[in-house]
Amino acid sequence: MDAFKKRKLVNNIVLVLSTLAALLGLLWLFWILGTLFYKGLGSLSLEVIIGDPPSPGDNHGGLKHAIVGQTLIVLTATVIGIPLGILAGTYLSEYGKNGRIANIIRDLSDIMMSIPSIVVGTFVYALMVKPLGHFSGLAGSVSLAIMMIPIIVRTTDDMLRMVPPELREAAYALGATKYRVIKDVVYKAAITGVITGVILSVARIGGETAPLLFTSFNNNFFTLNMFQPMASLTVTMYDYAMSPYKYWQDLAWAAAILLTFGVLGANILGRVVAHKFKK
Amino acid sequence: MRKDFLVDWTFGKVALLSALIVVFILVSLFIVLYKESSLAVSTFGVWKFITSTVWNPPMEKFGGAPAIFGTIVSTVISITIAVPVAIGIAIFLTEIAPHFLRTPVGVAIELLAAIPSIIYGMWGLFFFAPFMRDKVQPVIHATLGKLPVIGQWFSGYTPGIGLLTASIVLSIMILPFTAAISRDSFNMVPDILKESAYALGATKWDVMKDVVIPYAKLGVIGGIILSLGRALGETMAVTFVMGNQPVIPKSLLEPATSITVTLANEFTEADTDLYLSSLFYLALILFVMSFIVIVIGKFLFLKKVER
Amino acid sequence: MELNTQERFIIEPKEPAKIVVENLNFYYGEKHALKNISFKVPEKKVTALIGPSGCGKTTLLRCFNRIHDLYPGNRYEGRILLDGENILEKDYDLIKLRSRVGMVFQKPTAFPMSIFDNVAYGLRLKGIKNKSELEDRVEKALRDAALWDEVKDRLKDPASGLSGGQQQRLCIARAIAVEPEVLLFDEPTSALDPISTAKIEELVVSFRDRLTIIIVTHNMQQAARVSDYTAFMYLGELIEFNRTEDIFITPKVKLTEDYITGRFG
Repeated sequence: MDAFKKRKLVNNIVLVLSTLAALLGLLWLFWILGTLFYKGLGSLSLEVIIGDPPSPGDNHGGLKHAIVGQTLIVLTATVIGIPLGILAGTYLSEYGKNGRIANIIRDLSDIMMSIPSIVVGTFVYALMVKPLGHFSGLAGSVSLAIMMIPIIVRTTDDMLRMVPPELREAAYALGATKYRVIKDVVYKAAITGVITGVILSVARIGGETAPLLFTSFNNNFFTLNMFQPMASLTVTMYDYAMSPYKYWQDLAWAAAILLTFGVLGANILGRVVAHKFKK
Repeated sequence: MRKDFLVDWTFGKVALLSALIVVFILVSLFIVLYKESSLAVSTFGVWKFITSTVWNPPMEKFGGAPAIFGTIVSTVISITIAVPVAIGIAIFLTEIAPHFLRTPVGVAIELLAAIPSIIYGMWGLFFFAPFMRDKVQPVIHATLGKLPVIGQWFSGYTPGIGLLTASIVLSIMILPFTAAISRDSFNMVPDILKESAYALGATKWDVMKDVVIPYAKLGVIGGIILSLGRALGETMAVTFVMGNQPVIPKSLLEPATSITVTLANEFTEADTDLYLSSLFYLALILFVMSFIVIVIGKFLFLKKVER
Repeated sequence: MELNTQERFIIEPKEPAKIVVENLNFYYGEKHALKNISFKVPEKKVTALIGPSGCGKTTLLRCFNRIHDLYPGNRYEGRILLDGENILEKDYDLIKLRSRVGMVFQKPTAFPMSIFDNVAYGLRLKGIKNKSELEDRVEKALRDAALWDEVKDRLKDPASGLSGGQQQRLCIARAIAVEPEVLLFDEPTSALDPISTAKIEELVVSFRDRLTIIIVTHNMQQAARVSDYTAFMYLGELIEFNRTEDIFITPKVKLTEDYITGRFG
């Protein structure tokens, strides 16, 4: 076989293998999403969404406590994480710029993005659960906030740096102070990008379970008290799926599909906003 | 005018404070882990803890080897499976797929990466583990299990839940992320470079092999190392199917444990200070491992790409 | 081409001086970007700064409102007197300076807000809140910038919807709304089409006798059209400063003549 034919053969083999790889990847996707829809939609009903938590052995009940709990925990996390993240990102882009300290903070923030989520949970446990002697929804929020902040810092920093320097100079030339330049011009110019970063960070932490396992823990009763253990969709899924009760397992699947819709929905929303930003 | 200056100054300080809080969190994380694990460290030492296979809570004897073994082995296996497939997907997306497919499939992969890991775990428990138990593992038993020497790694009691199942679920979980990073690295190669190669009569694979992969090499390896970091720290995808047995299994098909699995299952059960401290010790080890991996991946590889 | 001559020719303008530059030296870090510049900018006239790329004309312009101060590593030596006060003093109030000395940039820099809010921005910074006063001054500024008729029905629309030429006139309106005494133009038409360029040149000329104007341009014909006095710079030094018609018709320094006749730059 001459060299040319040989190269073509190798080329074709690789192309086939790559296509198989892509198909393999999509296969898992379809299998997992397929089971999710099949089991999840099958278990979904109005009762499941607004019903009270089931007791062991019950054949009825719902996820109201978990849905509300998840929402509260995530919302509180955003209240903590978003301002801190945006302000820190603002510092990096507008004050620290390319200085040594700013670059060190950027690197540390990036490292924080990849810390195992369960380790964050142990950290918050040591800080907020052990001293107080009980779990709390607030501790769960703090864990999630710690995971959100590096993402928001990074996206805010990147988006603000994309604002052209002439825009800032024009505001300074009119006599604006730095704070007003940032508030009136830089933030306004970058707002869509910053919001995209925020939405995507919420999508990322909204589906987390590990950081909540020993911070907000779980609660089989409906509660709005953030200072006590609180149910979350994710930890409830974990408990119910591993339980021996079939109804509880069905509830876990219903929770799974609700969670997936929420997370994917937030993700898609973030993409749509980012797309409008590009215009 | 004075008020303006005060607001300006305050805002700057608040921004600086926020940035420093980020640093503070990271530093205190390490300090807290260190402090909480110090009881176990002083009781068991370093080398002994890492190599001891006895994890016996009632007797208060804690050795980290089973958990560390499970973490490392599951990570290695999952990366070994995921990386070739991910690169294949990346090649498909950048060179083979017709243009109208590229964005939809690319977006599909990115959405896959966004699916919460607990879903993978649940799917693993209810669907994949039985599949492994009924269809796959008997085959492995009958083939690889009969080989000399390594055969014992593929034999034994097979409930479907075990180290291999967990590793495969883990590989599926990190697949989209690895594929997306590889694809992004491949896309950074300038078109004119590829065109010059095509113009000389290169095939698609020649261009991949001789132009794209060398150019994107650093980014791809950096991405792989980041995925490795992710796999190391993953909890929910493996907790359902690892089996939670605090032993080093004789076979890949048998139940085992990992650091994250141990933490997830036992953290709230720890009833003595030494027990809790040993768990923190495991967490510290995991933190150090992933820190090292991230730093290597980011600073040795990805930083060079940004330049 | 090296500066192998000590020839300089700098006149004393017959109008009173709004700005006096005395032995100005400027450093970007280690780089000595402006060398011993001394001259007087006449009040309420248009002064053009010309010279080849890199001669320092924009650097000099940016000294007049100390916009250099935003970036670390910059250093001034010498004095710049605005109505007798040295604005290079370390504690000179920069906010006050920038309300007296305005600037229009090379690229249109419309803020991401409505047309009205853009023009009103400088006024709001000064603390003016009264709605009718803002409306009056915004309208006056837009009229002076020859933009009023085009935008009077859509003042609340985002400024990003305007064309490049309109945005630049918007930036001019924004700068003059605060009624500065000096207006600095940094190559204001280099990013615009010929028709917009002509409109902006008309504006510059219309402001003469009301404000002191300093305009940097790489287009000599533009300098000849709009300015009363012209300063020619080369490699960070001021080579010749004279009335515009004198400098273009009878340049006194050979270097100036070479530049004007196109031998370099």
